[in-house]
Formats: sequence, structure tokens, C-alpha cells
Amino acid sequence: MTGLRFDLRDPPPGAAALRAEVRAFIAEHEHRWTPEVRARSWMGFDRDFTRAVGARGWIGMCWPKQYGGAERSFLERIIVLEEMLAAGAPVGAHWIGDRQSGPLILRLGTEAQRQKFLPKIVSGDYAFCIGLSEPDSGSDLASLRTRADKVDGGWKLNGRKIWTTFGHLCDWMIALVRTSPPPEGESKHQGLSQVLVDLKAPGVTIRPIRDLVGEEGFNEITFDEVMLPEDALIGQEGAGWAQATSELAFERSGPDRYLSSHPLLETGIEALRSDAAAAPALGREVARLWTLRSMSTAIAGMLQDGDDPVRQAALVKDLGNDFEQALPGAMRALRDVEEMPEAMRRMHDYLTQINPTFSLRGGTREIMRGIIARELGLR
Amino acid sequence: MDNGIAAELAEQVARALADAADVTTLRAVEGGDFPASAWEALSGLGLATALVPEAQGGAGLGFADAVPLLEALGRAGAPVPMAEGIGAAALLGAAGIEAPEGVLTFAAAGAPVPWGRHAGHVVLVDGARVALYAADALRWTESANIGREPRDMPAVTGAPLAEGTLPNAWGPDAARSVTALLRSAQMAGALQAALALAVEHANTRKQFGRPIGRFQAVQQQLAVFAAETSAASVAAAAAARAADARGIADAAFEIGCAKVTAGEAAARCAAIAHQVLAAMGITEEHALHHFTRRLWSWREEGGSERFWTARIGATVQAAPGPLWSFLTSRDQEPAA
Repeated sequence: MTGLRFDLRDPPPGAAALRAEVRAFIAEHEHRWTPEVRARSWMGFDRDFTRAVGARGWIGMCWPKQYGGAERSFLERIIVLEEMLAAGAPVGAHWIGDRQSGPLILRLGTEAQRQKFLPKIVSGDYAFCIGLSEPDSGSDLASLRTRADKVDGGWKLNGRKIWTTFGHLCDWMIALVRTSPPPEGESKHQGLSQVLVDLKAPGVTIRPIRDLVGEEGFNEITFDEVMLPEDALIGQEGAGWAQATSELAFERSGPDRYLSSHPLLETGIEALRSDAAAAPALGREVARLWTLRSMSTAIAGMLQDGDDPVRQAALVKDLGNDFEQALPGAMRALRDVEEMPEAMRRMHDYLTQINPTFSLRGGTREIMRGIIARELGLR
Repeated sequence: MDNGIAAELAEQVARALADAADVTTLRAVEGGDFPASAWEALSGLGLATALVPEAQGGAGLGFADAVPLLEALGRAGAPVPMAEGIGAAALLGAAGIEAPEGVLTFAAAGAPVPWGRHAGHVVLVDGARVALYAADALRWTESANIGREPRDMPAVTGAPLAEGTLPNAWGPDAARSVTALLRSAQMAGALQAALALAVEHANTRKQFGRPIGRFQAVQQQLAVFAAETSAASVAAAAAARAADARGIADAAFEIGCAKVTAGEAAARCAAIAHQVLAAMGITEEHALHHFTRRLWSWREEGGSERFWTARIGATVQAAPGPLWSFLTSRDQEPAA
């Protein structure tokens, strides 16, 4: 079980001052956020807000200054993320670029790719989405069929990605695609590559999919003979599976996996502040939250040290999903929904509808638990 | 304090107990014996004064350093009151009283004393007042928890050997909080032991022609078990760090969170362990119940989930401003 080690550590120097800075910034913006915006949290897309965040140096915080970064530590970045999520800020326009796409480009991109993309992620000009799932490939991701074939001058892309969050609002996708058939007798994880796709390129068709809330958050994106330039390839040809899975510790362990419903808990405590009978149930949620935060922060420190806590990340995501999915139920057990203050009720109603997605996005509950089971030596 | 020392001590505890405290020992202890060989193996490591400041002749470790060895005690079913001894010596040290040699334990005044009948000396804590008694100054009404560990009620028949007062940083409820912290870490260890037994069983017990651990339904349950176990361990470590940074009294929030996390994990994981081990896990012969019965016992000691969730809830209700401000204020270094 060595893969399940967690190392705790102290907050970085200047943590309190940085929190205060972010809070003052949020205070200038939050009057515009409806309860639904707050409940949507990192699933809320607001390009103007993203530009303002970028102007403060809080996107790409850990990246080198030559690419527009601020060269802050990973733990300092976590402080900014926590503050944004706790307030329910609409950070969706830069969330993926800051969390995954930018770090991938920094780590594996060419110099030209870094110079082209990173400063524009920081400024908010380039919003990224993730191209993984396909109509016939969900949890069995390596069965995907979208192909990029080598042609004169680049690659020709054909296929379909689905459930792409904000695909219709984003500028770029990093897609996992097949660039060669797996060698005879080898696993289907071979022959996959990651490519940068300009979502405005000819042959890209984006069809928004209406969700159960009545919103168009995710999409089906079809690629019909889309011509990609030579330098659309990111990292190594054929190494896409390893590259994509190495992002997962970053994707799954962050505060977005237990704080995305936080504004509901805040309104709940506010509404129930003088209700002594509610104390044990509120205390239970807070105790759980505190433990999740300790675990997530421990992983952040391990990532800062260059560890690869991908299994711990799966574990925290699973616990965080359970916590967040139970939260609206915990609140309605304390106050009838019809009696809730309006903001609390609206957050409750939104999250009740949307939170089944929490244990789907970023890898399903079943896949997370499968990863943990493998670490336990069960298969 | 150096992480290496804590890990090394935990390793030594595990080795000492592997030889001196097997399942036969646990069964004998639950029958009323005191495992002298396990006690000698452990006391030879000099753990008893781990948390006593160096100026008073102790090892000067912090609570965070002690968590790995407390987990190791929990993994072994803790057949001797070493965790209690470490806590008692820490309380005595804080009150300026030298810890005596031999088996030592503590409890809040009016509460049952863990392992009381086997102790040479007992520390009774009444608010901030600490009193050290020799065994001959106490008469016992013997009882036990459902882990079948001695939990004896004392009647004081003689004068204390020494008395002292805890500094303010230990607060008026120090005995409960220290117990909660010790038990949280021990529970993380007991969960690890039960998990190892369940995984081993799942990988060896065959049904439908294959090990039951190959079935996803079983795997998913054990993954939950592992997640809850990690949560308990991290929460105990976080609480211990808070206690080192701010003192026991001002770490009550973190200690409570740890105890709640451990208590919830105990309920969920013990149920999974028994489901996976099926009828075999219910037998006296199998080791599992030594750990599940301790988990069910320890979750009640030092404050149950009911006690701590009520206190945590009242704390956050009373804190001015948003919950998030309260939580992040816990990150701050203590005022000098």
C-alpha cells in the first residue's frame, strides 16, 4: 500500500496575505454572481472574469515568467484555487488550461508551442477543452476511434468527441486520438497521440447538447477531414496514453473535487446559525470537508515535490464526490427546501440536478475504485 | 522533528509486537492476562516518555511524531496500554510531574480507566488538575469495553504521589482530547490491519472458480475501505500537527474532525470487512474480530461522533463570518 502514502505539510510562506489578496479581488466581482453561478463554480464560463484573473497573475501561476507565468509555488496556486472555489467564482474559461492543458504544453510541448499557447492561456485569450470521451468510448477510453492520419504537411483528423465541456465556447482542444494501429499483439493503449485542435478550423462541427438542467454545457464535436499542421502533435507520437494519464493526478486531486458545492454549505451554515439542533449534522459535513482538504493539500505538496500521487488522487476524488453528492441531501434534512432562504434553495436545486455528474467527470466512481483496488493488489 | 525518527520508532514497534503480540496473545489478553513479554519488548524501546520534553528526561517528540507509532500499536491490536502510557506521561510532563517507571495509564476523573487493574501508576485528570496515584491508592471495579480491553472504575483510597496543574494550552478537557487523538491514530492502524486481512482473504478465497477479489463488486467495496482508512490516517496526522502547533486546547477542532473521520470509517469499514470475510470473520478463530471489536470500542472513547460533531457544529455556528474564513484561519501559525 505504499502507493497510498500522504505527506502533510505547512502552508507556504505568505499564504495568509495571498488569501487576503484573492478575497479582496473576489469582493469586487461577486455582486454579479447569481446563486446558480456560484453553484456552478468551475463549470461556469465567464471570459471577462477570466481575463481579470489572468491580469492579476493567477493563471499559470507556477509557469516560467518567459511564458507569462508568475513562478509561484504549486501550494500558492492551490490557495488561489481554493479561494475561487469557496466563493463559487466562474472560473471555467481558464480552469482546464490552467490545470491541465498549459502544464502539458509546458512539460511536453515544443518551444514554439509554449510561446504560442501559454501567454494566451494566461491572458484568457485561449480557452481549452479536453477531447477524451467518444460516443462509443467512455470508461474504456483506449477503445477510441478518432484518427489523425499522417499526410503531406501535417495530419488529417476524422472522428467525433463527445461530452466536451464548453467545447462551443473554447478556442482549442487537446484531443487524444489514434495515430497508428496498435502493433500486432500489443495493447490498444499503443498508437495513441495527443493533438492540438483549433476549434475554428474548417471541418470542425460543434453541436451543443442540452443537459437535464436545460443548459448547453457540453457538446458533440465532429471532425470531418480537418487538416492539422505538423506541429499539432504534442509530446511524442504514440505516447498519448501515458501522457494523458500522467495529467490525472493534477486533474483528480485538486480542490475542485470537494469544494465545487461549497457555497451551498456556506449558505446552509448562515441559515442555520442559531439552530442548535442542526449543529451535529453541520459539524459532520465540516469534519468531512476538513479531512478532504487535508488529503488534497497533502497531494498538492507531493506534486510540488515531483511525486506522482495518481492513486491518492483517485482516492480523494472518490471521497470528494461522495461528500459533494451527499451535501444537498444533508442540507434538506436540516431545513425543508421550501423554507430555505432563496439563495440556499437555488443552489440546492441546481446541485441536486447536476451533482450526479460529479462521479462521472474526470473518471467514474467505478474507475476510481478500480484504480484503488489495483493498488491493493486485487487483480 | 525528523520524520525518520518517527518512522523508525513505528518500525520498531511493529517488529516488537510481531514477535510478542500475535493472535494467541490477543486472545489471552482478552481472557484477562497481561502480556508481560509484549510489554517488556515495547517498554525496552523507551516509548513511554516519547512526548515528555527533553528537559524533563523525555524524548521530546511531538504528537505528529507519535502518530506513526500509535498507528503501529493499532495495527497490532495494542495488547498493552502503551498509547495510554505515552499520553499519561505527556500529561504528567506538562504538569511538571516526573513519570514513574512501569505500566502507566490515565483517564478523566469519573471515567473508566483503560487497563487500570494492570497499571503500576494511574494519572487522573480533573479539568486542569493532574494527580498521580500508585496502584495501592486505588481500588478497582473491573469492567471492559467490547474490545474486551480492561476499562476499570477507580475508587480513590489513598493520597496521590504528586499533583499538578496543566498549562492553559492544554485546556479544561485535556484528558478527553488526548484520548481522542490517541484513539484516532490507533483506529487508523486497526483499520489498516483489518484491510490487510480482508484483502488477503479476497485474494485467496475462491468461489465460482476464482478468488472473490477478482469480482468488481468485492473490489469496489475494498476500495471504499482503503479510502476511508487513508482518510482516518491523514485526519489523525493533521490533528497531531495542530496539537503540536497550537496546543491540545486550540486543536480541539482538528482532533474532533479526526475522531469523527475515524469513527465513520470504523462503522463503514468494519461492515465491509465482515461482508468480505463472511462467516469466517465471525468466528473466534479468525483474527478479524480483534480489530473490528476494538474499532467499535475506540470510536466511543475520547468522544464519539455524536459528541464531536455537535461540538464542531456549534463551533462553526458561533464563528463570525463565513465557514471558509474560519477553516483557513486554522492554517495560520500560532501567535508568538
